[in-house]
Amino acid sequence: MVGKVVGTVVSTINIPLLDEHRLLLCDVHDIDGRPDGYTIAIDVVDAGMGDTVLILDEGNSARQILGRDWGAIRAVVVGVVDELVIDGELRSAS
Amino acid sequence: MQLARVLGSVVATEKARGLEGVRFLVIQPLDKSQQPRGGTVVAADAVHMAGPGELVYYVSSREAAEALPVRFVPVDHAIVGIVDDVHLGVDS
Repeated sequence: MVGKVVGTVVSTINIPLLDEHRLLLCDVHDIDGRPDGYTIAIDVVDAGMGDTVLILDEGNSARQILGRDWGAIRAVVVGVVDELVIDGELRSAS
Repeated sequence: MQLARVLGSVVATEKARGLEGVRFLVIQPLDKSQQPRGGTVVAADAVHMAGPGELVYYVSSREAAEALPVRFVPVDHAIVGIVDDVHLGVDS
């Protein structure tokens, strides 16, 4: 799904798996670009505040990205969106 | 993962196999501005340190069970971290 980084979450006490990762608070957008809830996602692409991003929200794929066989992870920011075009209309550009 | 506030705890002596020693807490899911959103849920405490009043984040669905020592236990929400701080941008 496509979303926007709107914040960060700082946490020192967490499950060991999350020790080495930044957590981003992202608005999730619907097809029209409107916020439709939020998610806290692990950052693997060094996304920054305000970036439009590609968010993966599926456990097996998330574990594959982090190279793990198991672990309680699901949402991962996997890309920074340069351009989003829907029906030939530019919806978002960096 | 979503934010939640811990409201209380649940004590159950008889539990499904694999859940021995797992603490359960009642949490209130929150929106990004930390306002209550939806009903309360019971979540397993995978960090063993969360307590009433604390701001936490939790994972739902199958991944919740993966936060616990015994895998594939019947748990659908698990607290995976205690929040120190949430920084929100100005335009959010």
